[in-house]
Amino acid sequence: MDELRKRAKELLESKTISVVIGYEEGTYNRTRALFVEKPEEASKLIFDSRCVLNLATYITKQEVKAKGKMAIAATIPVMRSIIQLAYEFQVSDKNLLVLGITPESNLMEFKDLLEVETYIHKFEIEINASYREKLDKLAGMTQTERWKFWIDELSPCFKCYACRAACPMCYCHRCTVDFNQPQWIPVPSHELGNLEWHIMRAVHLMGRCIDCDGCANACPLGIPINLLNKRLLEDAKRHFGGYQPVLKGDHLMSTFKPDDKENFIR
Amino acid sequence: MTIDKRIVRKEALEKLFEILKQNNRTIFAPVSKNGKTSFKITESYSSIEKDFIQTTQSSKESVFPRTEKILDFTKSKNSLDAKPFDILQVPEVILWGVRPCDAMGMGELSAIFNWDSKDEIYNSRLSKTTIIGFSCFKADESCFCTSVGGNPGNIEGSDILFTRLGESGDWLAEIITEKGVAIVAIAQDIFQKTENQDKNKYLAEVPVKFDRETIRKKLDAFFESEEWVEQSLKCIGCGACAYVCPTCACFDIQDEIHGKSGSRVRCWDSCGISQFTLHTSGHNPRAVQSQRWRQRIMHKFSYMPERLSVYGCTGCGRCSRACPVDMNILEHLISIQEVTL
Repeated sequence: MDELRKRAKELLESKTISVVIGYEEGTYNRTRALFVEKPEEASKLIFDSRCVLNLATYITKQEVKAKGKMAIAATIPVMRSIIQLAYEFQVSDKNLLVLGITPESNLMEFKDLLEVETYIHKFEIEINASYREKLDKLAGMTQTERWKFWIDELSPCFKCYACRAACPMCYCHRCTVDFNQPQWIPVPSHELGNLEWHIMRAVHLMGRCIDCDGCANACPLGIPINLLNKRLLEDAKRHFGGYQPVLKGDHLMSTFKPDDKENFIR
Repeated sequence: MTIDKRIVRKEALEKLFEILKQNNRTIFAPVSKNGKTSFKITESYSSIEKDFIQTTQSSKESVFPRTEKILDFTKSKNSLDAKPFDILQVPEVILWGVRPCDAMGMGELSAIFNWDSKDEIYNSRLSKTTIIGFSCFKADESCFCTSVGGNPGNIEGSDILFTRLGESGDWLAEIITEKGVAIVAIAQDIFQKTENQDKNKYLAEVPVKFDRETIRKKLDAFFESEEWVEQSLKCIGCGACAYVCPTCACFDIQDEIHGKSGSRVRCWDSCGISQFTLHTSGHNPRAVQSQRWRQRIMHKFSYMPERLSVYGCTGCGRCSRACPVDMNILEHLISIQEVTL
């Protein structure tokens, strides 16, 4: 990733950009986020197959945003997140430059978010074979079996909210689960509290989740919560003909028309 | 007191488990699922995970559950009837397969739960818990018990500590407390007399990485350091580190009300989460993540030793393993030790 290092250095030297968000070598063969502010530190940037953390999570973080204009090393899932965040007015060309990383690990700088949008639309959001198998297995279960599956999986959850913190779309300053007047979701991590939290989380992400698996990767207990999101993504595909984040337009879950042909919505 | 040492033959360990089970003890032991090992109520010896470095969660949940009812209440016309948690309900528990760093953590939890008011529920749970520790014969790069006053064969906190005597598969049992003696009393045939055995050669090697006293002293003048900002920029503010920690004891109180009755529940909470210190006014004294991260380290390495005479870290390394963004406590402690003020 010499290209990325070189470009990051130039952007910082010319003061076009205040901070470059990328990956660095972490501990114990892990990689992690790096925030480069000094040109000479751009040499720490790396990119390889271990770099799966969705860096878009950081572009809404107040401490990072406060640094000024950001550039971000963005793989396709990160670019998808950025477009969705731009749609939701969380980020714009004014404060973000995308240094795209193609599936072939090449650097691809984008002039603006419109170009990023065009580029990512070349790639369908596909659910991979191993997840496909898991989803099919769940779909094949009886309602009772599926209920048991989720109760068993969600029961260990201790509500550390790593899934929420790792998700680029969970940028709300106050999450529904944090409200106490009224208290929508029980705080204790008992069976009901866990079930309601995870269902709420999944539904709030419907039509927004871009399937990066960040939530499941973040879970310290290995709970496969992304299966809920993947299923919703599939439903969105089935009923509304595919899903791609867009900068402008009608949005899957927040569009309402008085003359909708469905009665239930009126 | 000299510690009574016994030998337990390879195949006799399972017998001990069966005897304890027949004694109506609830046994929590490490069980693996989805590649994660955690303490679960265990009925069969075969389901226990034997080959693990560390469980994902600590064993603190048996004495400090993540969600615990502390009282039930019913409202009537003119009164409120509150029924506190009945400590007599607390079962006799065996914690089986506890690593020395977790057993040591019980002492730190006890210091917190008895700081000013004595926490009856915690104390009764701990008093009814017998800890059967297992020394570590392997460690990983996250482990640093030897830097925080522990070691892979530390007896502190355990009632009995087993150390595997190499390839023979036999076990050295150190009978440390009265509770340990009580276990030996119900399983006398299993605990055989032995000559003095040296367990040290069978223990994992965990090199010392820093000096906690140096860090404690340094923290006195470190509050305003830019290092906190530097270290915490990548922290995403979840509670994973606190919830897997054997010594984190912060909790939140919630009332769960259904009509005229309800329960008061205490739930784990974490200083890493922004809402932890949010005031009703909207003011948050720890407004940014660097202040929350600072609190975590200061609490464990400065405030606890100052107020409770114990450190809040046993070097189990769980927080580093659990962190989704590679916040590594060992790396950060070393850099605090090295940075010049």
